[in-house]
Amino acid sequence: MSKDTLYKALKERILVLDGAMGTMLQRYKFTEEDFRGERFKDWPSPVQGNNDMLSITQPKAIAEVHAKYFDAGADIVETNTFSGTTIAMADYGMQDFVYELNYESAKIAKKVAQEFTEKEPKKPRFVAGAMGPTNKTASMSPDVNDPGFRAISFDELRIAYKQQAEALLDGGVDILLVETIFDTLNAKAALFAIEEVKDERGIEVPVMVSGTITDASGRTLSGQTAEAFLISIGHMPLLSVGFNCALGANQLTPYLEVVSSKSDFAISAYPNAGLPNAFGEYDETAEEMAAQIKTYLDKQLINIVGGCCGTTPEHIKAIADLVKDYKPRPLPALEQTAAL
Amino acid sequence: MSTTVQAAKHTKNFRPLKLSGLEPLVITPESNFVNVGERTNVAGSRRFLRLINEEKFDEALAIARDQVEGGAQIIDVNMDDGLIDGKKAMVNFLNLIAAEPDIARVPIMIDSSKWEIIEAGLQVVQGKCVVNSISLKEGEAEFINHAKKIKRYGAAVIVMAFDEVGQADNYERRIEIVKRSYDILVNQVHFPPEDIIFDLNIFPVATGMEEHRRNAIDFIEATRWVKENLPHAHVSGGVSNVSFSFRGNDTVREAMHSVFLYHAIKAGMNIGIVNPTMLEVYDDIPKDLLEHVEDVILDRRDDATERLLDFAETVKGSAKEKTVDLSWREESLQDRITRALVKGIDTYILEDVEEARQASEKPLHVIEGHLMTGMNVVGDLFGDGKMFLPQVVKSARVMKKAVAYLLPYIEEEKRLNPPPASEKAKSNLVLMATVKGDVHDIGKNIVSVVLACNNYEIIDMGVMVPPEKIIATAKERNVDIIGLSGLITPSLDEMVFLAKEMKRQDFTVPLLIGGATTSKAHTAVKIDPEYPEAVVHVNDASRAVTVVGDLLNPETRLKYKADIKQDYALFRERFLTRGKKRDFLTLAQARENKWKLEWDAFEAFKPNEPGIQVIEDFELDKLVDYIDWSPFFRSWDLHGKYPDILEDEVVGEQARELFADAKAILKKILDEKLLTAKAVFGLFEANTVNDDDIEVVTSGAGEKQEKFIFRTLRQQSKKASGKPNIALADFIAPKETGKTDYMGCFCVTAGFGTQELAEKYEAEHDDYNSIMVKALADRLAEAFAEYLHERVRKQHWGYASDEELSNDELIKEAYKGIRPAPGYPACPDHLEKLTIWDVLDVKERIGVELTESLAMWPAASVSGYYFAHPEARYFGLGKIKMDQVEDFAKRKDIEVRTAEKWLNPNIAD
Repeated sequence: MSKDTLYKALKERILVLDGAMGTMLQRYKFTEEDFRGERFKDWPSPVQGNNDMLSITQPKAIAEVHAKYFDAGADIVETNTFSGTTIAMADYGMQDFVYELNYESAKIAKKVAQEFTEKEPKKPRFVAGAMGPTNKTASMSPDVNDPGFRAISFDELRIAYKQQAEALLDGGVDILLVETIFDTLNAKAALFAIEEVKDERGIEVPVMVSGTITDASGRTLSGQTAEAFLISIGHMPLLSVGFNCALGANQLTPYLEVVSSKSDFAISAYPNAGLPNAFGEYDETAEEMAAQIKTYLDKQLINIVGGCCGTTPEHIKAIADLVKDYKPRPLPALEQTAAL
Repeated sequence: MSTTVQAAKHTKNFRPLKLSGLEPLVITPESNFVNVGERTNVAGSRRFLRLINEEKFDEALAIARDQVEGGAQIIDVNMDDGLIDGKKAMVNFLNLIAAEPDIARVPIMIDSSKWEIIEAGLQVVQGKCVVNSISLKEGEAEFINHAKKIKRYGAAVIVMAFDEVGQADNYERRIEIVKRSYDILVNQVHFPPEDIIFDLNIFPVATGMEEHRRNAIDFIEATRWVKENLPHAHVSGGVSNVSFSFRGNDTVREAMHSVFLYHAIKAGMNIGIVNPTMLEVYDDIPKDLLEHVEDVILDRRDDATERLLDFAETVKGSAKEKTVDLSWREESLQDRITRALVKGIDTYILEDVEEARQASEKPLHVIEGHLMTGMNVVGDLFGDGKMFLPQVVKSARVMKKAVAYLLPYIEEEKRLNPPPASEKAKSNLVLMATVKGDVHDIGKNIVSVVLACNNYEIIDMGVMVPPEKIIATAKERNVDIIGLSGLITPSLDEMVFLAKEMKRQDFTVPLLIGGATTSKAHTAVKIDPEYPEAVVHVNDASRAVTVVGDLLNPETRLKYKADIKQDYALFRERFLTRGKKRDFLTLAQARENKWKLEWDAFEAFKPNEPGIQVIEDFELDKLVDYIDWSPFFRSWDLHGKYPDILEDEVVGEQARELFADAKAILKKILDEKLLTAKAVFGLFEANTVNDDDIEVVTSGAGEKQEKFIFRTLRQQSKKASGKPNIALADFIAPKETGKTDYMGCFCVTAGFGTQELAEKYEAEHDDYNSIMVKALADRLAEAFAEYLHERVRKQHWGYASDEELSNDELIKEAYKGIRPAPGYPACPDHLEKLTIWDVLDVKERIGVELTESLAMWPAASVSGYYFAHPEARYFGLGKIKMDQVEDFAKRKDIEVRTAEKWLNPNIAD
């Protein structure tokens, strides 16, 4: 899929991103054995919960979830690679499979996307390579008694992200999506790595950046306000910037207003299905969520919208049905980028 | 084209320089001069160098904090010194800054002449920094390479006017170098021009050397050239250099800095390193000094330097004095009254009210007019989040004083001109009470004050109010709304009972529920279904006003009630359906999965001082360092961790003010010994028996040997595999091990005298200080518990005699052993307090009593157990099943119904 097609679609309409992968995979109730598959049946440590691994051991399920989201009306699906870095995979001792799982995840998503595009050429489908935050923070200490300590360095993150970005691009993703950013320094390392890849390969890649405001304080976990976050990652030419996860659609609105008014990039939002209840479950229905997303549309805040934790194809369908009738947020800067 | 017109043209399309720490800093042409803090620079500050050398990072951080507090919008960090490992020091210091939100909120300027230090710095800062600096000194290739990297790291850059030949020291060289630098950056590197800041080199003037005469004016003119010719670029510099020749004469230096800045800023310099304490206000510089200084800076006379040197001899440094600004006293009467209310200043309120009274037809009009106008402003500001609770309570204090002053006049007026009955407009009446058995009233008092501020009449029935009294008063006074408060869990049942009674007696008024132990869940599930009228859980005082307003406004109340009823019904339905999802073990299974500590190799530490000890009239001063202030701020609805809260962007100012007031009252309490603290504690032989019970034997010196049993409760929800179902009894060696173990229990209070003192303030219409006293007493009691626990660990029991912990670590419970309290998560059952009272003879020994709901009186008291096992830790019991309730009742030899009542909040549905 060419970049121009993507820019054109983005100018014309509000693009719909998919919903949660994890929530959908839970429905399969995969056991430890299912996670292992034939490939890892003798793996020394438990792997249940390593969702990214399912791209290798249960590729059919991953493809099914992507197809469900495309069916629901998504324009973009995210690859099943949220934890696809050597840093996050260290939990399972599976660092050696990082290239493979990113590559395979990208291929699976790309294949489904192509099938849908062929079926309905006037609605081209795209794949965003998901690059999660890892499970370590570069600007905070995990040890309260040693605030100067860091469990991970910028260079370690840069190298891990670079490996992930290369594998995703090799697998055919259209977009790289640095997401669920709770520590801006991690994201800066990812963006640094992507720049290196672009430079070395002599290519341009549309990049989406999505931060996470963790609570009502209106700040990222690492303490930045929405505007400070925007400034800190604004040095790269981005396709979009926005927020996902942690909050429901309503709670996200004020922060979207900040970035929407202060940025020339496209704006993305994919909130959770409300706030989790006492048992960590998301209760918000598709209709409830869509009703809140309507505010974004009425205020022309966004260009790309989807769902994070707890959202399902039903949520995405409700959102996709809703956005059809709305104009996207105007993008004067995109005219320039597209012209370049 | 004149320069002003050109400058204006640039302004129009000017792209702002955007930087960030935790918060944004956006520098536009309209921005004031941006000051960079320079004290965290080893090259510029001897003190900072020494602290870094000695690795005193706490003090080094304090310097950074002072800078930010002093108004620095960016802080410059420089570690270039031959004797320190600059890279390591830079990384370490920046990492430490990242952990201090009050410093990290501003952007960092990473200052070094070594690229490896700059790059190391760039890798540890999340915000958009400024690199200080790069230049063409080492040639174009390196310049380009570094600029590319900086761009990729996402930082702005300072470019020195320096090239392969040397540093620019006149106008032409400055222009030549910056033009070349700018072209390379913008055209080759594609560096955003708005992220380029030129340092045009500020050199000293009045050095006596002819070639230095134009140093300042050349800088200023070069600045103007940059702003006119290099779009979007900025200009900065280190200002103190300019006055280098006058070291030792601060008066002249301050004037020189101001004059230089005045002209440089006019020319377009917008960023700089200036010590704000070394700056005089331009307009305040004496005319003669100003003239001499401007002659030098602008190179206006051949003899300017000599004349300034001569003049400088006559200028002595004079200390700047600060006086309280009383200009507001000149404003109109209404403005003065409003200001007094908004600012909570009561110094002049009586004279202003008197003036208002004389100007008004009736004294009541002063309340309805002047004072309410002011209070409406307070209400609006509070509603908009621009005022905070402590301020509002202070406003109320001023209001009460004013009203108290007017009351006699109003009574007199009524006596002379009795109003016709029809004119007696009834204000809305709110009944507030802390329920039976509960003694905690800080939150209730705050809500009362806030409502009173908003023109509601409050009937405050105080604490431990029996339900029948609440009902009777509500009927008799025909109240419009009833508010119930409680902090301990049995109060929840009292509230349910009251709701049922209100229904039975056909009440229609809305019921407000509040207090630390209450929740939306409890209100929706347990209280709301019992009362067909509106029941609303109000968890903070700031919501109380709008809720009461909506409930009483004839236009909104029906809809509001319907909405809230529906909301609670929905919440209830969800809550009840989800309760069933949780899996529980039977009590037998839970016991099977108890926490099995290794007892074979275990040897209990025998207490140094077994038996019971009493501390009479403890010196409160010793407790000050043990106070955990965060909950104190929370009790005033100011949320945040102490001490960070003092610097909080939103509530910081309020927190500081409240803290200052608290310190003042605390000092008074300590100096005048207004509160009395007492404690009783005991350390005993103990063993676990029958899984969940702990048998203790009291046998201290001179005491009869007696056995008591503490009944503990066991977690019953199903755990992840490998995780035990814990009860406190697991921390004590079982009897069958044959080993002697120990435990302790205690009760401390700092509450004697609280009530008297609070009442004294209330009598003076000073709710602010009344609430303050209670909040402080609570903190002192907690501090006493912390202090005593430490003494027990280190000395009386002595198992941790070598412990060294800071107050912070104490608050974080970093110590060995625990002191769980009945009524709190590990042992939510209040009944065990009765056993503690028996074991220690608490009432007889120190006078702390238990109410019928087993709240302690005085309220500022803490009681609990001591466990010393190194593995002992705090946990939450969570929900338990009826089989445990029945077992518990049997063990305690009480009716199941009684056990059910006390354990109710913890029983799974």
